[in-house]
Amino acid sequence: MAGPTEYKPTIVGFLCNWCCYGGADLCGVSRYQYPPYLRVIRLMCSGRVDLAFIFRAFASAADGVFIGGCHLNDCHYNPEGNYDALGNTLMAKRILKHLGVNPERLRLEWVSAGEGIRFAEVMNDFSNKVKSLGRFGSSEGIDRAELKSRLEAATQLVPYVKLVERERLRVPVRTEEGYQKFFGSEEFNDLFNELILDKLAMSRIMSFLRLKPVSAGELSEGLGLNPCEVAKHLDDLAGEGLISFDENRICVATR
Amino acid sequence: MVNDRFGDVMVVGAGISGIQAALDLASSGFRVYLVEKKPTIGGKMSQLDKTFPTNDCSMCIESPKFIECDRHPNIEILTYTEVSAVEGSAGNFKVTLTRKPRYIDEDKCTGCTTCTEYCPVKVPDPFNQELSLSKAVHIYFAQAVPLVSYIDESCLFLKDKTCSICEGVCENDAIDFGQTPEKMEVKVGAVVLAPGYEVFDPKLRGDYGYGTFRNVVTSLDFERLLCATGPHEGHILRPSDKKHPHKVAWIHCVGSRQVIPGGNTYCSAVCCSYTQKQVILAKDHVPDMQAAIFHNDIRSYGKDFERFYQRAEKLPGVRFIRSYVSIGREIPESKNVTIRYATTDDGVKEEEFELVVLSVGLSPPADSREIASKFGIELDAHGFCWTNPTNPIESSRAGIFVSGAFQGPRDIPEAVVTASAAGALSAQLLKSRRGRLSRERVYPAEKDVSQEAAKVGVFVCRCGANIGRVVDVPALVEYSRTLGNVVHAEESLFACATNTAKAISDTIRDKGLNRVVVAACTPRTHEPLFRDTLREAGVNQYFFDMANVREHCSWVHSKEPEAATQKAKDIVRMSVARSALLEPLQEFSLPVNKVTLVIGGGVAGMTSALTLAEQGFESYLVEKASELGGIARRMHYTLEGLDVQAFLSDLRKKVYRHPLIHVITDATLTHASGYVGNFITQVKAKGRVRDIKHGAAIIATGAEEYKPREYLYGNDARVMTYLELEDRISKRDEALMGSQSMVMIQCVGCRQQDRNYCSRICCSGAVKNALQLKRVNAQMEICVLFRDMRTYGFREDYYREAAGNGVKFVRYEPQDKPSVEAGEAGLRVCVTDPVLRKKLTLDADYVALAAAVVPSAGSEETARLFKVPLSPDGFFQEAHVKLRPVDFAAEGVFLCGTAQYPKHLTETISQAYGAAGRALTLLSKDTVVASGSVCEVNEKLCVSCGACITACTYGAIDFRDTPRGKKARINPVLCKGDGLCNAKCPTGAVFLKHYTDAEVFSQIEAALAESTVN
Repeated sequence: MAGPTEYKPTIVGFLCNWCCYGGADLCGVSRYQYPPYLRVIRLMCSGRVDLAFIFRAFASAADGVFIGGCHLNDCHYNPEGNYDALGNTLMAKRILKHLGVNPERLRLEWVSAGEGIRFAEVMNDFSNKVKSLGRFGSSEGIDRAELKSRLEAATQLVPYVKLVERERLRVPVRTEEGYQKFFGSEEFNDLFNELILDKLAMSRIMSFLRLKPVSAGELSEGLGLNPCEVAKHLDDLAGEGLISFDENRICVATR
Repeated sequence: MVNDRFGDVMVVGAGISGIQAALDLASSGFRVYLVEKKPTIGGKMSQLDKTFPTNDCSMCIESPKFIECDRHPNIEILTYTEVSAVEGSAGNFKVTLTRKPRYIDEDKCTGCTTCTEYCPVKVPDPFNQELSLSKAVHIYFAQAVPLVSYIDESCLFLKDKTCSICEGVCENDAIDFGQTPEKMEVKVGAVVLAPGYEVFDPKLRGDYGYGTFRNVVTSLDFERLLCATGPHEGHILRPSDKKHPHKVAWIHCVGSRQVIPGGNTYCSAVCCSYTQKQVILAKDHVPDMQAAIFHNDIRSYGKDFERFYQRAEKLPGVRFIRSYVSIGREIPESKNVTIRYATTDDGVKEEEFELVVLSVGLSPPADSREIASKFGIELDAHGFCWTNPTNPIESSRAGIFVSGAFQGPRDIPEAVVTASAAGALSAQLLKSRRGRLSRERVYPAEKDVSQEAAKVGVFVCRCGANIGRVVDVPALVEYSRTLGNVVHAEESLFACATNTAKAISDTIRDKGLNRVVVAACTPRTHEPLFRDTLREAGVNQYFFDMANVREHCSWVHSKEPEAATQKAKDIVRMSVARSALLEPLQEFSLPVNKVTLVIGGGVAGMTSALTLAEQGFESYLVEKASELGGIARRMHYTLEGLDVQAFLSDLRKKVYRHPLIHVITDATLTHASGYVGNFITQVKAKGRVRDIKHGAAIIATGAEEYKPREYLYGNDARVMTYLELEDRISKRDEALMGSQSMVMIQCVGCRQQDRNYCSRICCSGAVKNALQLKRVNAQMEICVLFRDMRTYGFREDYYREAAGNGVKFVRYEPQDKPSVEAGEAGLRVCVTDPVLRKKLTLDADYVALAAAVVPSAGSEETARLFKVPLSPDGFFQEAHVKLRPVDFAAEGVFLCGTAQYPKHLTETISQAYGAAGRALTLLSKDTVVASGSVCEVNEKLCVSCGACITACTYGAIDFRDTPRGKKARINPVLCKGDGLCNAKCPTGAVFLKHYTDAEVFSQIEAALAESTVN
């Protein structure tokens, strides 16, 4: 075996066809250089980037995820999909943080098709950032398999998040400040805790139990959750018939 | 062969301009003969390495057009063919052509190059500027169209019948020494003349030692040296010893701006920028290279040229030196060459260089007199084509139109614009014939592969050395073979060359491939070409994926070949994974509304509306002011002497009188929706709001004159802008005309940090107004304070005339701008002359300011409504600076006039015809094809939450009642394929075809497949 090689991160990039992908092309045409970490997936609009794409990329141990769209109000499409990208990114960062993933591993930037140099600058900066964070999981101090299972639980929850976003988490003002303000607000924080965190915990409990039946204590330890919280969720899950308890109070997933 | 042929238009000269004219005409229902005297189409652009100001690979952007021409059913290409006579008149020309013998049967030659291999005669390669050798039988260049050999006169058989080895080795019996010059007659209704230009030949006068000193080359020679397909595979090696030069000089204005016998008096318009390009590229090849550029004025007058200049200037080891030079001597041992030049500090210096590049100008075609007599057209004083001052596309003979550099020196985008314009005018002449001779393209029937397992073919492009020099292509091909579902992998020198595209089609058929991955450049430019290649092979075009290993890999990681190769493997792996999941999709036709909305009623808007109307296409011309005319209302004469007001009132009259043009003045656009072929725009005018339905839109919103805050403007009535000056001159303002002195100050409000561009027209504006003043009052003292005089092209002659008439020109440095003070008697202007290094004080009765041209106030709003981008300077951003100068990336929307960038009136007129010509390619069709990548609903999964309906502002989704309740339904005609609904759908019921969750997940997994191992 060769000695330890230099750490080269992998960044999965979702680039919109009309602006950021064009910017990346122009960057190439102009021969601006950046580190070879990025792996590009071309989409027509940054608003096509599903929360599930982000979680899947991290679950597959991406060291960074990059989303590149048109500048706000310059989206090629009428519905201004880059606002969706902004909302999704802020939501994903919040969930990632809760899962123990450094949210700085996810970055959203606006790059126009004429901004080859800007694409290089953004890539150089983000590449350095991701590199400084080290391999996925290392700066988090959490085992990768554990992170993967947490991310899978989050992926399970995506349909639910989409529903909740539509019904309860609508952003009132469609500007960049409006989004930042809303996602940083107390109101959002409360709604997030109330609507998403509990579900996320339950989703994680279910994933854990599907692997093997364990006790409430083991659950709380394995998932790093507060025992009271675990007890409450177990009650709810049992109420919905998703789990049952055997004679030794070991929890078993029924579905 | 049939000697009687019939077509609509003959395009003579198949450089980029001729190619564009042919494509536009062929796509709008006309049958075109494309005639070229060289053995291939392509012209000068094919010899260039890169293009300024983006450094796009020249061949890479041009060659897809070769293939388009080659495949177009309405274009007949005749290469190695010259026109001998043109008889008849507009609408009914008889053109006699002579085909030179290639000694190759074009139908039999496969382009295999075996003959070249065996041919014993080595000859200098004309494509490589004779810097390398080729054979007496060879293909002109790798991407040639037609891709067949030709035999030149150095052939031994042709000389004395001593060798016929090529005949023996050709397995297809394509060699035919029996060929003789062949005459043929073609009947056409119109001719587009696009013979291009000749590069100035410094050998004729022995300028700067060219032809004597081996290490003095021309810029076109250097272009080949830079190029991956050049004599040394892109290594810059100097002629004498084939070593990398580390100290290189460029000399500007060789053969341009010279009033000496054998020189050209005009400015060649392109050399400043192409020199900067060569410096940037050379520094990229040899980073420690020292470069010196000896220049006169730096003429960075085009869009983004100023930034390009700054980029070159800021490179380490690059010196821009403003000085005339003379060549010293060749040093016998080293073959280095010395240059003598003047400096402000040390007087005359002599410096040694390892290589000297002459930035040669553009001359008229060598045979321009012959062309003139054959075609019966007039030439101008310089030997270029004479054109009508109010319509620069018209020659002196009706029915013969001119495009490209034969009109005078110009860069590629202008050659393309004038080509589209010539197309529009030919179409106008022949409007009744549209569609009569045209044919549709026929593809083989599509194979049903739904029951087959995925069989992926991977084609890796070297792109000359663009990819191959960085990425280990053979290793990438080997690696591709190991990937799942891949049954075939191979490399090619240029995947986009005509023969390669055809070979890919053949391989698809032979190997039974049902998925294709091409690892090459960006899908944004080349996907259409390869999709077409799949269609040619009878495979659905959506079974294609492009792995971008050039723009996103070899070009951005050029210093890390190993990492770039690894990344290229990852990119191909992602593409292969994705391709296995791709599904066949069908495109569908949408009707085209034949009405056009022209936004802006200046010269640009009126000219395009009128061009469309003359061909029977209705338009709405909306203008925000209460009368038509735009900024031209404030102009009175051009540098060349055109009476602008007379021209304008004539144009206005024609527009108002035309029944197919609906003029709406005092108009504002309030809303726009729809898509190519079917837009709806809401226009508010005089209290009335109406919805206009249209199929195309032309944005011609113009520009404005900057209101200066500098130089006492607004505080002192004696300080005015050029438009104000022009107005007063035209009114023969007595005080002004009788005054003693005037100072003109250039670059007011531009070429500075907040407006980092050149306004292009003001240097000519200064000269124009100075000449007018001098004509009336020869005693008047006029002094022009400038930074660089940018009287590009033929405008240079007027600059010289002004200087000859006593107009003084004093240069100033941007960091030491002139100052203006008001005195009792007059104005006092102070300026530092950088040559004399002295403060000059000038007393002036008046001061005129070259106020910048700035984007018009409503640009941002218009851009937003039509979803088109603006450049960093606020002008509209075309789809491609070089090859799509009047198109937007958004289909069905076109651009012309100063909305795109400041320009002269004649340039605006050309561009307006060009925009109309491009719009005609759309309007002449009844339907337009819409992408198959649209959304669909899996009703079983739909929970009728309505999230998708809210996400789609195109109104493409609604509910329909089903036995199992309401379900979302997509109208594919309205769906734009953004996929926002897909991202919002909680159950995955709505999905965007070609970008499905499964396809994206496969790419994510493939991207990370290797890294998880570590």
